[in-house]
Amino acid sequence: MTAATRADIAAGGSGFRSARRRVSAALFRRGWLRATLLLSPPGAWFVLIYLAALAILFVSAFWTVDAFTGNVVHSWTLENFKTIVTSPTYRTIAARTIGIAAAVTVTDALLAIPFAYFAARLAPRRLQTILFVIVLVPLWTSYLVRVYSWRLILAQNGILNWTLDKIGLGSVNIAYSNWAMWIVFSYLWLPFMILPVWVAFERVPGSLLEASADLGARGATTFRRVLLPLVLPGVVAGSIFTFSLTLGDFITPTLVGGAGSDFIGNVVYSNVGIANNVPFAAAFATIPLLVMGVYLLLARRMGAFEAL
Amino acid sequence: MRNDTRNLLLVGALTLCMAGVVACGGGNSSSNANLPTSVGRGEGQLNVIAWEGYTQPEWVRPFEQATGCQVHPKYAGSSDEMVTLMRQGGGSQYDLVSASGDASLRLIKGGDVQPVNVALIPGWKNFIPQLKSPPHNTVDGKHYGVSLQWGPNTLLYNTRSVTPAPTSWSAIYSPQYKGKVTVPDNPIQIADAALYLSATRPELGIRDPYELTESQLNAAVALLKSQRPLIKKYWSLASDEIDLFKNGDAVVGASWPYQTITLQDSGAPVKDMIPKEGATGWADTWMLSAHAQHPNCAYKWMAWVSTPRVQAQQAISFGETPANTLACPYMDRIEAGACAKYHANAPASYFDSIRFWRTPTKDCGNGSQDCTDYTTWQQKWTEMKG
Amino acid sequence: MEGTTRLSRVVLAVWCALIVLFLLFPIALIVLYAFNSSNVQSWPLPGLSTKWFSSTFSNAEMRSALWLSVRAALIATTIAIVLGSMAAFAVHRFRFFGRETVSFLLVLPLALPGIITGMALNSFFSWGGVALSLTTIVIGHATFCIVTVYNNALARLRRTQTSLVEASMDLGADGWQTFRHVTLPMVATALVAGGLLAFALSFDEVIVTTFTAGAQNTLPLWIFGNIRLGQQLPQVNVVVLMVIVVTIVPVTLAQRLTRDTGVLRPTAGAR
Repeated sequence: MTAATRADIAAGGSGFRSARRRVSAALFRRGWLRATLLLSPPGAWFVLIYLAALAILFVSAFWTVDAFTGNVVHSWTLENFKTIVTSPTYRTIAARTIGIAAAVTVTDALLAIPFAYFAARLAPRRLQTILFVIVLVPLWTSYLVRVYSWRLILAQNGILNWTLDKIGLGSVNIAYSNWAMWIVFSYLWLPFMILPVWVAFERVPGSLLEASADLGARGATTFRRVLLPLVLPGVVAGSIFTFSLTLGDFITPTLVGGAGSDFIGNVVYSNVGIANNVPFAAAFATIPLLVMGVYLLLARRMGAFEAL
Repeated sequence: MRNDTRNLLLVGALTLCMAGVVACGGGNSSSNANLPTSVGRGEGQLNVIAWEGYTQPEWVRPFEQATGCQVHPKYAGSSDEMVTLMRQGGGSQYDLVSASGDASLRLIKGGDVQPVNVALIPGWKNFIPQLKSPPHNTVDGKHYGVSLQWGPNTLLYNTRSVTPAPTSWSAIYSPQYKGKVTVPDNPIQIADAALYLSATRPELGIRDPYELTESQLNAAVALLKSQRPLIKKYWSLASDEIDLFKNGDAVVGASWPYQTITLQDSGAPVKDMIPKEGATGWADTWMLSAHAQHPNCAYKWMAWVSTPRVQAQQAISFGETPANTLACPYMDRIEAGACAKYHANAPASYFDSIRFWRTPTKDCGNGSQDCTDYTTWQQKWTEMKG
Repeated sequence: MEGTTRLSRVVLAVWCALIVLFLLFPIALIVLYAFNSSNVQSWPLPGLSTKWFSSTFSNAEMRSALWLSVRAALIATTIAIVLGSMAAFAVHRFRFFGRETVSFLLVLPLALPGIITGMALNSFFSWGGVALSLTTIVIGHATFCIVTVYNNALARLRRTQTSLVEASMDLGADGWQTFRHVTLPMVATALVAGGLLAFALSFDEVIVTTFTAGAQNTLPLWIFGNIRLGQQLPQVNVVVLMVIVVTIVPVTLAQRLTRDTGVLRPTAGAR
């Protein structure tokens, strides 16, 4: 007898319970109905709220704003896109943003991989717990205040120069510069990179490493040819966050950036403020959208989504 | 018969005229009729957009205790931000905004603020004459807010690193302090550059730093572009500049007195001054949102900050000059010599010497319309910064 | 450990220690400067004082901002748990058109820069005439929190045996009873872990909140306001210190719960 039949048989008894059983049996038989019921609320939320909002935003990229009244003119034009592509300023800003985002991603990957390897495979149990908490605590500490602390470290009379001075290495002048932003971004998103890579290292079966050793490979070779390809999806998963979080940020450039440190996010933010020029802001925001769209498609190819 | 027809026509014409008057002019009179004649009970809450330092606990706490209106400030560092915040969410989020002269007209034109009845503000009648109905907040005889305080944009410098004391704005334009200069991240800075050029390059013919023709604007932007390599950071938060000076990243820059006072209080060796070329400045107005949710609390606040005592407190706290002429003795009581220090009893010529922030428009003031407007200024500023 | 030499283990341990230092140093600074005697942040520390603790706790603005943040995070997390688990169940059990794109779609709010999400929602709300309030803040937060619960739930579901569900039904339980007594206990810890991460994301979020909050201040917005002002900075440090202290417990809890979803597997100890 199938489960459905049993459920039917058992569906005698008190009113509510029998109604419940009948509904349950009906649902059991119609899988598509259950799927629809399960998917509708999240689906509706996403389509009706998030995707609709995105669609409206990017449609407005094709409109302009009347300079005098500040009202949006609903006539289709590629004016905004033309400005972005032809003006050297916006090209520089976009290049700077993408460049620093890439640098931050590479930095974080390099920092995270050895750490995650040690934590996942070499550390004893108690240490693992402690390391996990240490990696998560920054995520619970206010992002703004962490960035603000870095101002103190990198300032001219700050901790970094004070330390360098004490050990006789002179001083550096990296406060409020692209270097400062690179350091701070790498710091901020490091936990986001460590976690998926840690998980990826965790998942590698020890038998594979044993087999590699049995076949004569030394540690470095095993690492390079067995472990690294297996944890690559985890690295790519982490890089999604480091890349996109850097790409869209405007607060860190405001707090630790210097004279020539404007990001795409800053231009977008100030344009939302300038006479509510949302069309231009939306047009400029298509750049990170396109970049991330391509990045996500590539990441999915590499299996990063299973490693998230 | 002809008389009847003529009478009918007359009556009809008169009716039409009255209808026309009611329809067109009626708009004005009805909004005047909408002005409250008394302030009712407080609604318990007040949401304001304010410059950093305009809502210090010193005068906010007594207000909250006396009226029951809890003040929720949202800080903004530029007029652009204030305009955006005011318009956010249909304009009903905030009740009051302490707008400077370069935001006030934008807000009035955009319909974001409503007229206020200055008869309900007791301190108003003691304001200096220039701030009772200034053009930046009074349009067609309607007051779109209450003047608050005014002050200059100053030259801030580190007394140990910048010797002898500077006398000119050239301190922030010459390579002498390269890499240690800071100026506000605000397109209105173009006016400061124009002001400097009006003294150093009179051949450009700049008379009003807010009315710049294309060529004058380009000259100002060129000056700013040559200044860019000297800049450590364009500050957008008041605390940016405080940190820059405190931690040695900047030694000279354009500033507000608020930063000077905060830095001096924390022991930093800084001073500020107004250079010989003059200074731009701001004259602030508390403006009432057109869709204010807590108008009674708003009126109570406007009345409160116009009283001589609060005017004195705020003037000394921020380093600006009160609009209320009766504030002077209170200032001296809080801090000896403050009245003179902050020019509260200065002659009208001092007020006239400051080039107050104004939104640049195409109107050149002399009949021609080929001056550059604010949108152009913003684009040039973004391009300059890169 | 096979294949690793003593030297490489030492090097890795040192590297790990340096990273730990890197991660914790700024946080140690934050804690230290909560005791700053001056209100301006500079090095070296001008002096120590505990005067900011009392003024912070009596700061009504801070308390209302903190309470608003907690409320927003709780509601957003609840919505995320409900919607995220529903999506996970659907994707796990059924094959339907567009199954692959669901994961892609759900990760978009996190993967796309916050400023785009914020701007889009802001325009959407003003276009729809919705006033900015706690509701809009929650909508913004829930949208990007759903994926954290979804991922955790899906990962757990992939590890569970569907035969258990069938066995339960064979024994006479209807769908609801099976869900309550068999499925739910299996995924409960994954949901809680995902929920904790969602709470953290929502609690500290600042970019999307800038666009979806009206005159209200969540804690990050209050912190930003204080950073702007620059006059009562140590109050911010005090608040952050309290938050760290209070959240050490849930974080450790989350670690214990995710122990068997993959971060720390039981087999990891057996070498």
